[in-house]
This record gives sequence, structure tokens and C-alpha cells, in this order.
Amino acid sequence: MTDVLLKVEGLTRYFDVSKPWLNRVIERSEKQFLTATADVSFEIRRGETFALVGESGSGKSTIAKMIVGLLEPSAGRIDFDGQEMNFHSDAAMRTLRRRFQMIFQDPFASLNPRWRVGDIIAEPIRTFGLLRGPAVMREVGRLLDVVGLSASDVGKFPHEFSGGQRQRIAIARALSSRPEFIVCDEPTSALDVSVQAQILNLMRDLQDEFGLTYLLISHDLSVVRHMSNRIGVLYLGRLVEQADGKKLFTEPQHPYSRMLLDAVPDLELSGRRRRQVEGEIPNPINPPPGCAFHPRCPLAFDRCRVELPQPVPTPGGQAACFALKPGG
Amino acid sequence: MTEPLLSVRDLVVEFPTRRGTLRAIDKVSFDIAEGEVLGMVGESGAGKSITGSAIIGLIEPPGRIAGGEIWLRGHRIDNLPREKLRRIRGKRIGMVFQDPLTSLNPLYTVADQLIETIRTHIDVGEKEARRRAIALLDRVGIPAAARRIDDYPHHFSGGMRQRVVIALALCAEPELVIADEPTTALDVSVQAQIIDVLKEICAERGASVMLITHDMGVIAETADRVAVLYAGRLAEIGPVRDVIKHAEHPYTAGLMGSIPTLTQTSKRLVQIPGSMPRLNAIPPGCAFNPRCEQAFERCRTERPEPLARGGGRQVACWLYDRAEARHD
Repeated sequence: MTDVLLKVEGLTRYFDVSKPWLNRVIERSEKQFLTATADVSFEIRRGETFALVGESGSGKSTIAKMIVGLLEPSAGRIDFDGQEMNFHSDAAMRTLRRRFQMIFQDPFASLNPRWRVGDIIAEPIRTFGLLRGPAVMREVGRLLDVVGLSASDVGKFPHEFSGGQRQRIAIARALSSRPEFIVCDEPTSALDVSVQAQILNLMRDLQDEFGLTYLLISHDLSVVRHMSNRIGVLYLGRLVEQADGKKLFTEPQHPYSRMLLDAVPDLELSGRRRRQVEGEIPNPINPPPGCAFHPRCPLAFDRCRVELPQPVPTPGGQAACFALKPGG
Repeated sequence: MTEPLLSVRDLVVEFPTRRGTLRAIDKVSFDIAEGEVLGMVGESGAGKSITGSAIIGLIEPPGRIAGGEIWLRGHRIDNLPREKLRRIRGKRIGMVFQDPLTSLNPLYTVADQLIETIRTHIDVGEKEARRRAIALLDRVGIPAAARRIDDYPHHFSGGMRQRVVIALALCAEPELVIADEPTTALDVSVQAQIIDVLKEICAERGASVMLITHDMGVIAETADRVAVLYAGRLAEIGPVRDVIKHAEHPYTAGLMGSIPTLTQTSKRLVQIPGSMPRLNAIPPGCAFNPRCEQAFERCRTERPEPLARGGGRQVACWLYDRAEARHD
């Protein structure tokens, strides 16, 4: 048994955003591609929480979708438990799919409004043939109990629940196929803070109880810090820094990581004067040459404008920046 | 003591529905002093936005102000005829909404919209209005304002659009700006920029701000005082530092504890059980009593009114009533 549960290597995904064929012919324009994810590599060890942070358009959700098999990568490979994911074999994907599940951002969109809660949670159990007959509903009741709802809720419809309760239902559904790995795509972004705290605590309890491995995707650095062991920072589809959870917050290496940390509003009222954040994320269809961050970077020099930096080791992980000396 | 710029007294907002009348705001009172930034926080459904809409007279029918008074610089504005209120809106009270895409008209250039607004409220010619509009765009940080003013809203990025909206809110030199979740639709790095712009420019012009948000971090960095709403009622109001560091109302304390921060060390977040009651099911007594760990008999039967706690602070909780203290 390997320690690494999920390994991603050189993961890349393009989207064709060209105009329709006729327009291209008439306007003599080229095909256009948007690079959502470029050459992303990381490993997630069993039982840990790996987080991906980044702003909108940084490719977080694209990576999540590729890992759970909802999108096919344009290049690169994904190994789950030592086995390469084969997007062309339905049978192979099906056996893998039972072992990983996903929790989505919006619990109002991810639950079918016409289905009863019991059926929503039972579907994976039936699809994968894990249990039969009355045992299915007993299991559903147990799962509802586990996530803090009551077994008597099976007959209700999603609209009878609040946002936080719906996210609990989504978690129960994710747990029902007894997965080892759960991809959580912004699981609490649609929720109020007091409800967010309930869901984050629940996710932690479940991790301890079932030995789950999480890939947590979020734009909220404080949530990420609270939940994860290791963190990857994405900028325009590239992983600019990877670090151990606490290290990223005490000693951020990449200038983008530092900027993100500076931008988080300060609840401590320390009177810390944060550095003014410059500019916005560039258009991913035409990213700047060299390091994509250079137009906003206070440390940028000539080399950053032409050459793409490769990751170098840092005390807490690795970072792709020319301004860093290898080994910190 | 000088007269407050805005004074809201016992505001009640009701929405008649087929199943009875819902009270979205229930006897909320607060003041905003000249040049002050008042933060208004609460979870979804707490009544933050409705309070803002009530002040500018934009409550969607059949909702209506069912009681209370709103005073702007000593003049009552909640009972003005529509035409008079329209002249105050935009001229004396500016607004910034959450989604910059819906608050700008996509069919008109930024110049059209700014110049129209300026000329509606201030007696200046076309040329002068344009000059002012460019100066304002420049001030809110739009590069090459003189050229970009003739662009349409879709030419701008989300952050830039929100800057345009701020310029639009400020172009008639209002005394009060109501900003309803101005940064919620934006990324963290852009959020920091927008908050800085809003804060600086209002301070420069001496405009007061009512900042409505669910993000305590934004409040901590921006506001002078903060009001915490729960189920349409005021739970606590006071100087930001006091409320954040030493919350007195059990709801505020729970809310603060449930926010993950960048420095905390504990593994679990404070969790408030349950969720905010729906408007048709607000419990008798204190609206928070079913979720409150310190609730006692009186909380279940009698509604607490805001009690002055010194230092400009008010807390609506029986724990702080002198009569109760004697019982202990």
C-alpha cells in the first residue's frame, strides 16, 4: 500500500473558446484556446487534507472536475492509489468512481428538487450495488444520523431544509458509497459563517472517523488554513507554490501567496497596514508571457517577463519564482 | 452632542403574504454620525439589506415600512412623497450594490451614465459634468479615465466595474453612501482595493457610509461602529474594536468564534447550534433563545430591548439587565 493516494502529473486542460467556424473563415481569425490548467503536479497522501486556493479563473474547479472524472485532461495523468485513471474505459472509471466522491458549492443546485432525501442518498448505494432491500434505507438513516440530521428526514424534499442542512445531505450522499477520497469544491462558500463552522467541524469529525482524504478547493484562506495539512496556490492555471499548511501562512515564498495573505481582511485589529494590492488577474486567453504574475509582482525583473519559472524547493514545499533562491 | 446625519428609530418593515404578515425588520434603531462608517452585519435573512432599502425608500411592494421613523439631518424622510424621495436618492444618499453588472446599464457608456446622474442632481453643463466624471473615475483608480469613460460596462472587469459604480454613487456628492455587500462578488485581492477606495474617497468628501456585509473581516478593517442584526432585530451595536474583541451578546460571541482566522490555533471552531429562524417562526422572547447556551426563563417569554452598556454600546440581552444581575 502506498502512502500517496492521489498523484497528479503535468495536468493540463484547454478549452476551445473560438468563434464559430463560419465567423473564423470570414474574419480570418485563428482558433482560440483558454488554458484553464497548465502543467499542474501534486500529490495527496492518505488521510490528509490538501487544499487548492486561488482567485476566480485560477483553474481550481477545473482540476477538481478532472480528478473526479467529469472532465478529461488535455494532457498529463492522474494516478489514484497507484492506478492511472483511464478516461476511455467506462468500466475502469466506474470502479474508481465508487472510491471518490465530490461535494459541490451550491447545495441548492446539487440536490435534485424532485427527489426525496432518502432516494438522493440511496442512489450511490443502489448504483454501485453495495446493499440490497431494506438494508439500503437502514444505511441511509444511519448516514443521516452521522451528518447530524435525523433518520426520519428520509421522506422530505430538499426544499424543506436550510442551506446548511442541504450541505449535510450532500455530504451524506458523498459518504454513501463509502469513498476514501472526497473532493470538496468550495463546500461552504454559499453558507453563512455560523453554518460554515458547523460544516467544517463536521468534515473534520468525518475525516477522523472514516479516515477520509480530502481535496479542498476554496478561495477563503482562513478556511484553508483551518482545514488543511498542505496547500497549493494556483494562479492562472499554474501551481505557483506548494507548502505545508502552517508554513504558507508564516513564511509565504511566492510573491502571489504573500499578496493573497496581505489581502485577507484583518479580524485581529492589529492595525497592520497591508501592502496595496496591485492590478487584477489577467485574461486567461492571453496570459502574459513568462511568469503570468509578473505584471502585478513587486519583485519582477527582466527574466520574469520572458521565461516561465520552474518550481524550486523551499523550506515548506516548493515555489515557482525566479526571485527565490533554491533551498530558500 | 451634534445631531446625527441619519437616525433610524424603531423601524419596522413588513411583508404581507398569503400566510400572514412577515416582519423582516422589527424595531431597529441606530444613528450614523457625520463622517462615520457604520458596519451592518448579520447572516442571510437577518434584514441587513432590507434596512438599507428602507432608508432609501426602495422596498419592493408589497413590502412596506410599517412603523418607525427615518430622519436625515433632522428631516423625516420615510414618509416623503415618491417624487421628493427620488430627489434625495442619488443626490443626498448614494448607493453601491453587490453586483456591479446589474447596477450599470449595459446599453449606455459609462460617460452617459455618469453625466446623466451628475446633471440630474447638480446644475452644471455637459462639458463640466464630463470633466467631473473623468476626475472622479480617475480618483476611484480607473487607469486612462479620459479614454475609458466612453467604454461600455462590459469592457470593464468586475473590480473596475465596481469602481465605476462607486464613482456613480459619489458623483452627486451625497452625504451618505449605502454600500450593500460591495465586495462580495469580487476576489479577495480586488476586494481589498475596492474597500480602500471606498473608505478613502468617502473620508475625503466627508460622506458617511453604511456598509452592509456578512464579512466580519471587512467590517473590522473599515467600520468605526458595527451593528449586529439577528432575525430582523438589533442584537448588539457599538465601536468595532469592542464588539469584535469583547462581544457581549451570546450571538455575536458565537459568530466571532465561528470565523476561522489566519492566526488561531484551536482545532475546532465555535459552533452555534441550529440556524437562524425563518421569519414566520420567530420564537417568543429573545429571537436567539433556542440557540443560546445561556438562555434562561425570561429569555423565552420577554423580548430584550437594547440596553445601554456605556461607551456608546447597546446589547439586547437579558444577561446584562441589572435586575437579573441581582438574582445571581
